[in-house]
Amino acid sequence: MINELMMYFEMPFVRFALIVGVLISLCSSLLGVILVLKRFSFIGDGLSHVAFGAMAVAAVFNLVSDMIVVLPVTLITAVLLLRTGKNTKIKGDAAIAMLSVGALAFGYLLMNLFSTSANVSGDVCSSLFGSTLILTLTPVKVWLCVILSIVVMGCFILLYNKIFAVTFDESFAQAVGTKVDFYNLMIAVLIAIIIVLAMNLVGSLLISALIIFPALSAMRIFKSFQGVIIGSAVFSVICAVLGMVTSILFGTPVGSTIVAVDFAGFLIFAFIGFVKAG
Amino acid sequence: MTQLSVKDLAIGYDRHVLTDGISFQIESGDYVCMIGENGTGKSTLMKTLLGLQPALKGNIEWGEGVTPQTIGYLPQQTEVQKDFPATVFEIVLSGCQNRLKHRFFYSKADKATASDQIERLEITDLTQKCYRELSGGQQQRVLLARALCASKKMIFLDEPVTGLDPGAVDQMYSIINKLNHDGMTIMMISHDVDISVQYASHILNLGSNVQFKDIKSYKSNQNTESGGTR
Ligand SMILES: Nc1ncnc2c1ncn2[C@@H]1O[C@H](COP(=O)(O)OP(=O)(O)O)[C@@H](O)[C@H]1O
Ligand SMILES: [Mg+2]
Repeated sequence: MINELMMYFEMPFVRFALIVGVLISLCSSLLGVILVLKRFSFIGDGLSHVAFGAMAVAAVFNLVSDMIVVLPVTLITAVLLLRTGKNTKIKGDAAIAMLSVGALAFGYLLMNLFSTSANVSGDVCSSLFGSTLILTLTPVKVWLCVILSIVVMGCFILLYNKIFAVTFDESFAQAVGTKVDFYNLMIAVLIAIIIVLAMNLVGSLLISALIIFPALSAMRIFKSFQGVIIGSAVFSVICAVLGMVTSILFGTPVGSTIVAVDFAGFLIFAFIGFVKAG
Repeated sequence: MTQLSVKDLAIGYDRHVLTDGISFQIESGDYVCMIGENGTGKSTLMKTLLGLQPALKGNIEWGEGVTPQTIGYLPQQTEVQKDFPATVFEIVLSGCQNRLKHRFFYSKADKATASDQIERLEITDLTQKCYRELSGGQQQRVLLARALCASKKMIFLDEPVTGLDPGAVDQMYSIINKLNHDGMTIMMISHDVDISVQYASHILNLGSNVQFKDIKSYKSNQNTESGGTR
């Protein structure tokens, strides 16, 4: 089995997939903690469906790189969602649920009506649940992913203290002069980037799992914010690697395997947390 | 010395006026208690003074080196905070965020400030404890320590004792009183008129007619009023 694995690791596309998987799981786990604590996790869910819709549009127009459409559309939606979330006059969660299913249905419709591909349901399935086999990523996509991940992580590490302050207490942060709106906007932008990246790995229906599971698991055990952030990152990367290796060896779909491992990890952490609490 | 002077201020949301005609002055070392029915806009007034909410009318002037950014603010607790995974030290240190300016990380001096304020509020043994595992009274002291990191001159407290058990309430009031004796200017929203009268130097009553009185004239006014109805 080790030999077989070694053989796979020789292949460039497997290595690409691993690099991308580690980076995406790292980024999504960092931002996941913030989204869960800010009670924003539903935004991740809505955004991922919008990203699916945008991808369908890109597929219809046969664009070489669907990122050109998907990234801006997701970014703009993220910013708009953040606005409505703050506005108490519109029911934020209902608006997002509407947008979310709307985009899903619209995307599927478009793909069915206009797709030039012979295997429409296969295409739809892989954009919803991630590709069935270990990914075939072009070097361009890998580089884009590496650069965007570095941007996300860089912002997160440098602005860690402000992000903490804004997440724990917006009113206090704003009162002492922290630009709360700017940081909320930045969080929305970062989450949009991560969702677009993660779509390649796990597909748009499963992204939420990648965002939520590591955060929730780490929160069962760790008592400091720093501990939760680091714990969540380590948890996410380990689960992603285990998931990908399993998927290579047994030919299971990448996305759902990773999510299954995440879920198992969550159960373990929840159990440890339960035992520790006595 | 006047630290805050408010003239004919109107507060509210989206042009809907909650209370207007608010005028008062706060001098260095004052202990102001803000009282009034629920929904009269006490929290809103505090937010307006801090610049979290635009004033609908009137003006707010700061003096003696005090600005909204250098006020220690203790907001009403939110749901999000109750189960937040963070240590006491992390939270108190975030009170130093207005000193970050163009730095990304806290300096040794910032951390020392946080430790000092933790000591001042006698929660040193809780430093590495998780916030969500503390009692209500301990949580409020943590948030007060954070407010003190942000300010040397003036603190704004929004219902600091609401929801605490009687022992914790007394403790909180005596801490606040001690801070005031050390020279801190205090503006506090309170439900408990008796306690307010006992500690405060001034009472700001937000109600159908806004009153700002020093404690002596407030008391004598109360006496004549209640004497009249008797
Ligand atoms: N963000 C807001 N937008 C619109 N109205 C608000 C907002 N926050 C509070 N209010 C309203 O303003 C009124 C006063 O609120 P508040 O200042 O919290 O009162 P108090 O602190 O005196 O109990 C309440 O009726 C409340 O419904
Ligand atoms: Mg209030």
